[in-house]
Amino acid sequence: MKSALRGLVDESVTIIREVAAEFERPVMLFSGGKDSVVMLHLAVRAFSPARVPFPVMHIDTGHNFPEVIEFRDRTVAELDVQLIVGSVQASIDAGRIQDVSGPRASRNPLQTVTLLDAIAEHRFDAVFGGARRDEERARAKERVYSFRDSFGQWDPKSQRPELWGIYNGRHKPGEHFRIFPLSNWTELDIWRFVDECDIPLPSIYFAHRRRVFRRDGMWMAESPFLVADGDEPVSEQLVRFRTVGDATCTAAIESSATTLEQIIAETAAARVTERGATRADDRISDAGMEDRKKQGYF
Amino acid sequence: MERLRFATVGSVDDGKSTLIGRLLYDSKSIFEDQLEHIESVSKRRGTDYVDLSLLTDGLRAEREQGITIDVAYRYFATPKRSFIIADCPGHIQYTRNMITGASNVDLAIVLVDARTGIVEQTRRHSLLASLLGVPHLVICVNKMDLVDWSPDVFNRIREEFEEFASRLSLRDVTFLPISALQGDNVVSRSPNLTWFEGPTLLHHLENVYTASDDNRVDARFPVQYVIRPQRAEHHDYRGYAGRVAGGVFRVGDDVMVLPSGLTTTITGIDSPTGPLQQVEPGHTATLLLQDDLSIARGDMICRPNNRPRQAQSLEAMLCWMDDAASLQTDRIYSLKHTTKLARAKVTKVLYRLNISTLHREADVRSLALNEIGRVEIHTTAPLFYDDYHANRTTGSFILVDENSGQTCAAGMLLSPRT
Repeated sequence: MKSALRGLVDESVTIIREVAAEFERPVMLFSGGKDSVVMLHLAVRAFSPARVPFPVMHIDTGHNFPEVIEFRDRTVAELDVQLIVGSVQASIDAGRIQDVSGPRASRNPLQTVTLLDAIAEHRFDAVFGGARRDEERARAKERVYSFRDSFGQWDPKSQRPELWGIYNGRHKPGEHFRIFPLSNWTELDIWRFVDECDIPLPSIYFAHRRRVFRRDGMWMAESPFLVADGDEPVSEQLVRFRTVGDATCTAAIESSATTLEQIIAETAAARVTERGATRADDRISDAGMEDRKKQGYF
Repeated sequence: MERLRFATVGSVDDGKSTLIGRLLYDSKSIFEDQLEHIESVSKRRGTDYVDLSLLTDGLRAEREQGITIDVAYRYFATPKRSFIIADCPGHIQYTRNMITGASNVDLAIVLVDARTGIVEQTRRHSLLASLLGVPHLVICVNKMDLVDWSPDVFNRIREEFEEFASRLSLRDVTFLPISALQGDNVVSRSPNLTWFEGPTLLHHLENVYTASDDNRVDARFPVQYVIRPQRAEHHDYRGYAGRVAGGVFRVGDDVMVLPSGLTTTITGIDSPTGPLQQVEPGHTATLLLQDDLSIARGDMICRPNNRPRQAQSLEAMLCWMDDAASLQTDRIYSLKHTTKLARAKVTKVLYRLNISTLHREADVRSLALNEIGRVEIHTTAPLFYDDYHANRTTGSFILVDENSGQTCAAGMLLSPRT
């Protein structure tokens, strides 16, 4: 393995083992997106030949791409890990949250309630997330061990200092930590690792023909959960996804890249950030992510 | 391709965020949407030029106050190296964040305003870099455009710094004249600085030699996690996982396990990328041993003829980081050192270091936020450690307030005075 990637792998594996050693009930978020796939493969390598000593959890908005759900189920079976699904639909049915409606409705922000409910129900004290610091301004400021109070809130102004490679996971019952083992990876590092280690990914990361329409300057995929307005003509285009999330707020990019090599070349030459190109949910304000994170979002 | 971690530190308005923006911009690591975003914010606020500091100041409060509060991490790569930047706040009240950002870097850039020269913050930050054992320091004399690109100004600042630095333990210091605002001598050579024969900042970052910074002599392996598959196909597998803190471990090496003092031999080395014949500092591995010894997390594997120090009474330089409570001697704190947790009391403050004058202030009983002092510590269990300046991993620890859970101090262990 190339030395720059090896250093990142060492750091991530160390963090994952540290959490497994120090916390009572860790869980790893797993959406089937490329970052969480890489994180899960690192967990497998961290404990091999033993099993990964914690379950994975998917917060399912019910509005996901079917290819990704199928990939999720296949991956957890192959890697022999236990999957917990936190369902936004179930939270709606239980009256915990109100569903959103209208042509531009997205369940993406609703996930926070389902996530915090699942953390409380299973009494998880450490929740691994695949977020990277290069993704977004607020994430660039977040610690590897990120403290959440009993309301699940992040307080960016009073983060614990994080020195050397020593992590402080001290907490009281009801509080928890979000753990970010991929903090120092970049989008390109993720793709290089996927390539070098032959990691399978959902098919929608590779170029394919799909019915899409333009909205806010992005290609949105037509689906049962997202329909075009009258003035948004739907056409079939050659596209792929650069990030994978809720189908209502994740856009595709025009691309003919069908191999990892082509994707790496495309990523290296990209002039727009991953989230800037594809995430409708970041376009709310200068501090859209910071505000959502303070409430307990991923 | 290797990766270099570096920190940028400096006082308020030295142009630190602008320098980072410049490095990212000139190395083509800024994306169009990021640039559009900061252009529109700059315009909204009525600044004359694109304010590159908006790239790193990500939190709402930072944008509101126009200052950097917390360490921000940025990433860029050139064909030669990948870089991780820890952008550290300059305000005095954020010294703890500078320590956070600089604790594990290969290099630190200290920015100096050419007009004002060496100021108290420069001395403070250089001292912290020295205490933290940062292997390489770069003094960037910025805003050279505002002193008419004068070599005299640059040389005077350099001489003044060298005189001050002779009292510190800095291993490698480089001086560079730059102007971050327009990019002179940052990525490209500058027609305004033809008298300067040294490298550009980026050239220096790409070429600084770091391979000898690791301690490759004293073999240290803190056991992090014991791997026992308890499944039929790997019934007898028992591996000790961790990250090499120093030295090189090879298959066939005789090793000693502390605290038991028992010796055995390495029969195999597994790693996240497959089996290895040897593993070097900084890398993770799972060691397989000849004998079935009782080994747990927090134990230390070393060589029989090269052991770390072992003590329950220790001396350390302690930097206090808790704004809610000052150090209380004889109060019990949690202590984390490598993979080991213990409880500890600070029994005595030997002196407080005035980080502007380097004076040792005696008759001090406590340390408040951002204060640094030499202390005596007693722990509930022996620590296996090295002097911080010999090994940044086995020589460092944190103290945690058992009530609030806050990381309240960072400590650097020192050899006992003889």
